[in-house]
Amino acid sequence: MLTIKNLKAKIATEEGEKEILKGIDLKVNAGEIHAIMGPNGSGKSTLASVLTGREGYEVTEGEVIFEKKNLLDESPEDRARLGIFLAFQYPVEIPGVSNTNFLKTAINEIRKSKGEEPMSSVDFLKLIKEKAKLVGLDPQMISRYVNVGFSGGEKKRNEIFQLAMLNPKLSILDETDSGLDIDALRTVADGVNKLRTKDNAFIVITHYQRLLDYIVPDFVHVMYDGKIVKSGDKDLALHLEEHGYDWITNDKNAVTV
Amino acid sequence: MNNEETEKTDLKAKLLNNFRDFEKNLNGDAAGIIHEKRKDAIKYFETLGFPVKKLEEWKYTNLTPALKHTFKNPLEEYTSALSENDIKDFLIKKENVNLLVFVNGQFERKLSKICSKNDNVFIGSFSDGMKTHRDIIESHFSKYVNYTNSGLTALNTAFAGEGCFVYAGKGEQISEPVHILCISDAREEVYFSQLRNLIVAEDNSSVNIAEDYYTIGDKHSFTNTVTEIFCEKNSGVEHYKIQNEGPNAYYTGTTQVHQEKDSRYSDTTISWGGAIIRNDLNSVFEGTNTECHFYGLYLLSGKQHVDNHTFADHKSPNCYSNELYKGILDDNSTGVFNGKIMVRPDAQKTNAYQSNNNILISDDSTIYSKPQLEIFADDVKCSHGATSGQLNEDEMFYLQSRGIGRENARTLLLYAYASDVIDSIKFGELKEMIEIKLEKKLKKGD
Ligand SMILES: Nc1ncnc2c1ncn2[C@@H]1O[C@H](COP(=O)(O)OP(=O)(O)OP(=O)(O)O)[C@@H](O)[C@H]1O
Ligand SMILES: [Mg+2]
Repeated sequence: MLTIKNLKAKIATEEGEKEILKGIDLKVNAGEIHAIMGPNGSGKSTLASVLTGREGYEVTEGEVIFEKKNLLDESPEDRARLGIFLAFQYPVEIPGVSNTNFLKTAINEIRKSKGEEPMSSVDFLKLIKEKAKLVGLDPQMISRYVNVGFSGGEKKRNEIFQLAMLNPKLSILDETDSGLDIDALRTVADGVNKLRTKDNAFIVITHYQRLLDYIVPDFVHVMYDGKIVKSGDKDLALHLEEHGYDWITNDKNAVTV
Repeated sequence: MNNEETEKTDLKAKLLNNFRDFEKNLNGDAAGIIHEKRKDAIKYFETLGFPVKKLEEWKYTNLTPALKHTFKNPLEEYTSALSENDIKDFLIKKENVNLLVFVNGQFERKLSKICSKNDNVFIGSFSDGMKTHRDIIESHFSKYVNYTNSGLTALNTAFAGEGCFVYAGKGEQISEPVHILCISDAREEVYFSQLRNLIVAEDNSSVNIAEDYYTIGDKHSFTNTVTEIFCEKNSGVEHYKIQNEGPNAYYTGTTQVHQEKDSRYSDTTISWGGAIIRNDLNSVFEGTNTECHFYGLYLLSGKQHVDNHTFADHKSPNCYSNELYKGILDDNSTGVFNGKIMVRPDAQKTNAYQSNNNILISDDSTIYSKPQLEIFADDVKCSHGATSGQLNEDEMFYLQSRGIGRENARTLLLYAYASDVIDSIKFGELKEMIEIKLEKKLKKGD
């Protein structure tokens, strides 16, 4: 589904250009769940931003192929229409735009891009009800402005609600677990598990093993200084929980990708 | 091209001539308080003339392009040829509305419809009001607005004679809104219209008024209005001014509000049509515990120029004023916002808030925003803020990342940005009409 090859990206800062992604290789197939872990500042969110087309990053090398399309050539909205979704680490508040209006516009633009008719209001309301229940979002929140006045946890839940509504092929969850209480974490994870099919895939960025107890990954990758320095199965996460990152970062020669 | 000064003088000289003709045709009306004021005002117009950029209050607004044209005075020879069909798109979709139609400043009786009528209420034209409510008009006319320091107000006062007159007697809550449709008929000729409105809300009364400006045809037009609003004790006036004029329309106008104890006044001014627009909105708090809201939205494109000058004059203690003006500027458009708050020495316990926000969509658009706070009392709460910037890119990206294209994302965000001004419109059917137009206008531009 997704192939990332030797992806390098830099940003322009006040002190000059700074390379953040230093050659990422990753392959994600339909039906898989990949976890990406790694210390603060290692480039996890940057990878998510580059994959979704946020401005400000310059890709200097490498390529990203998503279902045979060169993803880096597409606009952010077209990537979303192709089926890529990012649950943001820090969702923004948008005063004046209601969740309903926002989602209705999004769904209908995605449908339009596929040559489909707009969704009827009845179907839309049905879908909202169903998906709100799935992720345990208070339906009251849906009529409110996007994320305005939402608690940290509510914002995260709202991201997963949007994911459920848009039904993407590839979902990137950037630290969705941070800010969620234990019960919320379980509901959200259950929601994700229910959304899982053999045709979609998830990249789960997290610092904690806890989330991976619920959303069990097929692969775990460690990102360090803009590169994936280690990959393994779910046991790698357990090992990291116990030993931290030192054992990897101190001995970079031990890297196997 | 001719010399600007000559042209200006031409229009002024023409207007001074017009005044003599106007006087001759007044007949019985030439005797009385109102005509005394007219005669006095024309002298001021003769001295002051049209405002020039040298004046501090006109620093950013240049009327010269408007003064170049050889405008006709509708008083000379004018009969409107507009039919109901011509104005049907301008009507507010509500059954019980008092509709007053003015075409080039002249009252169109056959297109108008008045539904609120009783001994204690008058809604109609200024000239009709003079027949039945002369005493009331004379006791308020030109009492609040000052023509000795404004050439445009002097000009309007000199030609005062037509416009709308609304009278809500003591205790009258007029539930049917007043829709004043002011149309510039610019299909054949270029006209310079003067419109003079007077709103009198007596003790404990209330009324809602929407001034709505449109142009038909694409010749030039110039409308200069003065609206005086008298809010007696504990009265409430909701006022809307919607400027939908065409790309060759010039507009200048002053709204002067006089607020007595416990009164409430609220104005929402929406400006999105017209070549040059200058609005002056002044409210003087003559009594304690009054409340005043000024809301404004200007959505500009092309070479449009809109100048909003507002003035909340806190003369009495315990009054509240709140102001929110928002601008969206595209292409080569220019916005001017000058918000003055004066807290006079007696006005203790004043609460006065003001904010002006601007989104500059294009690099070539310009905003001049100036708060002007003059505070002479010590126990006051005042705040003001002005911002100008671009659309928030994080918000844009969030919407795009959900599949919403840049165009639609922009429309959603700008619509949301304007919504707190739109929400100040309590007249539901008018609000709906504005919402539909706003969305259309946002979608069209890019
Ligand atoms: N716009 C920017 N300007 C300056 N530096 C940036 C910018 N974006 C990212 N960086 C830097 O790039 C590096 C990677 O940041 P990124 O947010 O991708 O890390 P992360 O792995 O997601 O960290 P965390 O676990 O804390 O979320 C950091 O050093 C960060 O400071
Ligand atoms: Mg991050």
